[in-house]
Amino acid sequence: MRSASLFAPLVVAAALVLAGCGVERGGADEPVALKDAAPAQGDTFIEASIANISALIPNIANDSASHEVGALIYNGLVTYDRDLKVAPELATAWTFSPDCKHLTFKLRDDVRWHDGKPFTADDVVFTHAAMVHPKTPTAYREDFDAIERIEAVDAHTVDVTYRTPYAKALQSWSMYMLPKHLLEPYVKEGKLREAPQNRTAPVGTGPYRFKEWKSGEKVVLVANPDYFEAGRPYLSRVVFRVIPSQATVFLELKAKGVDGASLTALQYKRQTEYPAFRKAYNRFRYAVNSVTYFAFNLKDPRFADKRVRHAIAHAINKQELMDHVILGLGRNATGPYLPGTWAFNSSVQAFPYDLARAKELLAQAGWRERDSEGYLVKDGKPFAFEILTNQGNDERKKIAEIVQASLRELGLKVDLRMVEWATLLKEHVRKRNFDALVLGLGLGRDPDMFSLFHSSKTRPEDFNVASYANPEVDRLLERGRATCVQEERATQYHRVHEILADEIPVIFLYHRDALPAVTSRVRGVKPSPSGIMYNFPEWYVPRELQRYTAG
Amino acid sequence: MLTYALRRIFFAIPLLLGITFLSFAIIHLAPGEPTDLIQGDPRLEASAQARQLLREIYGLDQPIHVQYWKWLTRIVRLDFGRSFSPDGRPVLAKIGERLPVTLLLNIVELLIIIALAIPIGVLSATRQYSMFDKVTTVFVFVGFATPDFWLALLLLILFGVQLGWLPISGLRSLNWEYLSFWKQQTDFLAHLLLPVVVATFGGLAGFSRYMRQSMLEVVRQEYIQSARAKGLAERVVIGKHALRNAMLPIVTILGLSLPGLIGGSVIVESIFAIPGMGQLMVQAVFERDYPVIMGNLVIVAVLTLVANLIADLAYGMVDPRIRVGRRR
Amino acid sequence: MKEFWRALRRNRLAVVGGVIVVILVVLAVFAPVLAPWDPNRPDVKTILEDPSRRHPLGTDQLGRDVLSRMLYGARVSLAVGFVSVGIATAIGIVLGALAGYNGGSVDGFIMRLVDLMLVFPRFFLLLAVLAFLRPSIWTIMAVIGLTGWMGVTRLVRAEFLALKEREFVVWSQAIGASGYRVVWRHILPNAMAPVLVAMTLGIPAAILTESGLSFLGLGVQPPYATWGNILNEGKDTLEIGWWLSFYPGVAILVTVLSYNLLGEGIRDALDPRLRQAAGGFATRKG
Repeated sequence: MRSASLFAPLVVAAALVLAGCGVERGGADEPVALKDAAPAQGDTFIEASIANISALIPNIANDSASHEVGALIYNGLVTYDRDLKVAPELATAWTFSPDCKHLTFKLRDDVRWHDGKPFTADDVVFTHAAMVHPKTPTAYREDFDAIERIEAVDAHTVDVTYRTPYAKALQSWSMYMLPKHLLEPYVKEGKLREAPQNRTAPVGTGPYRFKEWKSGEKVVLVANPDYFEAGRPYLSRVVFRVIPSQATVFLELKAKGVDGASLTALQYKRQTEYPAFRKAYNRFRYAVNSVTYFAFNLKDPRFADKRVRHAIAHAINKQELMDHVILGLGRNATGPYLPGTWAFNSSVQAFPYDLARAKELLAQAGWRERDSEGYLVKDGKPFAFEILTNQGNDERKKIAEIVQASLRELGLKVDLRMVEWATLLKEHVRKRNFDALVLGLGLGRDPDMFSLFHSSKTRPEDFNVASYANPEVDRLLERGRATCVQEERATQYHRVHEILADEIPVIFLYHRDALPAVTSRVRGVKPSPSGIMYNFPEWYVPRELQRYTAG
Repeated sequence: MLTYALRRIFFAIPLLLGITFLSFAIIHLAPGEPTDLIQGDPRLEASAQARQLLREIYGLDQPIHVQYWKWLTRIVRLDFGRSFSPDGRPVLAKIGERLPVTLLLNIVELLIIIALAIPIGVLSATRQYSMFDKVTTVFVFVGFATPDFWLALLLLILFGVQLGWLPISGLRSLNWEYLSFWKQQTDFLAHLLLPVVVATFGGLAGFSRYMRQSMLEVVRQEYIQSARAKGLAERVVIGKHALRNAMLPIVTILGLSLPGLIGGSVIVESIFAIPGMGQLMVQAVFERDYPVIMGNLVIVAVLTLVANLIADLAYGMVDPRIRVGRRR
Repeated sequence: MKEFWRALRRNRLAVVGGVIVVILVVLAVFAPVLAPWDPNRPDVKTILEDPSRRHPLGTDQLGRDVLSRMLYGARVSLAVGFVSVGIATAIGIVLGALAGYNGGSVDGFIMRLVDLMLVFPRFFLLLAVLAFLRPSIWTIMAVIGLTGWMGVTRLVRAEFLALKEREFVVWSQAIGASGYRVVWRHILPNAMAPVLVAMTLGIPAAILTESGLSFLGLGVQPPYATWGNILNEGKDTLEIGWWLSFYPGVAILVTVLSYNLLGEGIRDALDPRLRQAAGGFATRKG
């Protein structure tokens, strides 16, 4: 009887110890030692996806999973190459007038939709019409609304005129092109969501054709034999498997049930160092185009005081924060620009960790006395506030916890609150009902920060969450938008970077690294500033190593 | 009895209306709307426009009772509407593709639990405080106390990674279409094995304890003692007389578990990557996908009312102590 | 009363259960004194350390001492169990008694209320409430309690329906005892047995529910530790941080077992019918 109650934990302990030993029965495929085995067609690539896709026309979807799949099915007129520069895709060449209002594209003449019909300038004009149609529920219409006139000069030339000089014009045409001959009737009636192309039969021009979507389970794509760029991609099939639990994804990786997956920092650093894994998988690391930040609500008089913000910035040891949360796998951030991009001002310095200076600044701002618990007080009230962030995000939770502990040393009483995402957006972010936030921001391809820091964007629907208003920054942002000459824009943005790093309406914390693991039997993966997926059609598996040959 | 049943059915309709209206109201009162999640690139102000457009399409700009009325008039025609998520598919289609798996898992689990719980309960009761009783007590409570996701991951590590005997996630292997018919079935079973084990292990405690308790009470009754006094073999006494009466509360509980059969455990589904009702509903809640939430709610409500009615009637018929409906 | 204690003491398993529960409560109450480290203080130098003499149960992903977190977590887990089940049981007893004793339309109304609560997705209610109110230990306890009374109500109602017809009740009413007295002194004690079973299964269920909520991100807010959320954080590091899963898991297991054994022992000792027969037929090793 006594032993019965010990029995179960012993079994459990045994299982855990076994697990910890990392005894691998599966063993690694011994990959053939040749690094340059000849490219061969065939095989299937299985990618693990945490979320289910929501639609097959990415223009009307908002989640990254739908865009990841869409990127293989569709193309834009332009795309980004390995160095994050704009490169031709469906367009071969373009001219952008010096006044930044007039853009002309020359299109490829050898592109066919997946159903065989040729891709022409009419499809480009149609895509614009679809994006601006009042009944199309897309969040990406802004760039297309700025167009005053668009016309198909001939079957392979498109002329676009913008109302005002539009800096983002060229980049905006990386949006996916849609087939006019199939979708026009749906767009006209405002029923784009219900088109079969959104559910069961998407038609694009991309390297892969759609085969199957089992909601919540998988998406299957097959190689497009008529792909315009160098013919069909090598990998015959791509399967996106939906596995919602990160823990399970890792198990599948170890059991070779998936070929590609994102690793967490912990998995990258501590759980994938053993020889069998290194032989079976290649790990990559590159900066993600995003920034994680801590935002103040400048409407709060305490935070409106720059000294207080500086004090808080000095009290957060960013290197330790990064070591804690992402095990150092990221870059310190000083502004909303990714290091290495043209808008980034490399002379901007980060705030050093300096607790003494922080206390001094707070004292200057009037926070000198402490109460019985050690918290700073002014006029009898302790310095207490609440940090909000969204539930379910482990990274942000850890950041909040560390900031809370750091600020406690400074003498600030910080409470944490994890709020469910929809509620957070609606009740707190949009209504500016918060003291401080920890959130992440996708930086997108264009460094225009107008919606985030321009003083006109402080209305409830807008995204200047900190309620920041600085006339000089306003001017710089306006000028940055109004020209399409990169050097001119860079000048404005460098200055914006300087100012933001000093005024810190938002403390930029870090830029995280992406940590994908790809099975070692796949060759041709070339990491670059833009990641690893940019040349996916060139990935291949040498004949001897191909694993999935059915179908 | 009949009048009672008819009366219940008659009152079920306004009851259903009440339940659905209250639920509708509460669901819409929760902060956040489905359109709030349209973010896209937050730097694009078009998000606000897209949101407004969707609000109109969904009818969210109308007052609650109007929305409810619209929803109600469609439901009675069995039109469950379309999901608010970007794929806009009919609610019934979304529920329909997830329901079979969940039903299968739940029914298999229920059958196994019953098959195990009854003998365990009976034997524990007749051998109260014996070694068997104590061991099974501890065993079922261990099952109850073990958090699902923990057990699931442990089993996956052991059987999936270390030993490689069982697949780790999903419902089918990728090459399922190319397998022979029998191989397909075994593949499917192999994928379902661990989820069923995890679910059963946790659910065994409730049933077996109730069975044991019920059996213990019955065995004390006078009619059992008189049956023994009459000289009947113990096996007949227990198997025929005691068991039948001890089963009563179990039958009731079974009946009441009926509506729960269409609900899935989001934790188990998430760990095993099984596209079931649990994940559908949790996602629907997070996305404020009202049509899907309400659709599921209606089905559960109807099932619950039906199950309750049957359970009450059955209990009333069998247990003479309980009078259903006033007879004074 | 003495009989009750004697019967209880005879049940070895129940005694073990009871002792463990008492130990847990003591540990929880004296957590601030017993915990060697600050449970909420992150330390980047000690991330995920193996159990050692400095950290007997290891450290977590933020470098915090697991033993200290477990001790403080005991308070939360036990409180969640007690309070939420207390609330649910209290509501259940009241409603069940009202329904069972009065019958008729009162019964009908209450049972339809039960139906409504059963149909309504509890998860959604949690989300809605936690969105409106500041999510804290109290709100979580309240919500778990307010959504968990249906089972107890049914049980109590069933007992009342059955007992109402029994002779001694009819008698008491005949001699003029007030309804309240009848309920309090006669019916309720007899109805308690199944309620106790429900409670003993309910307390650990509440602890597990909190753990499940942590899985979905809805549990007790960080940085406060509960066994459930330590376990949840540990699932991502099962292999390199097994102590994060092992110790809270064992703790939950032991707690659940103890409560159940104790509870069942209490029930067995309370039930006059069972006690009476304890020396007789029931122990036949058939």
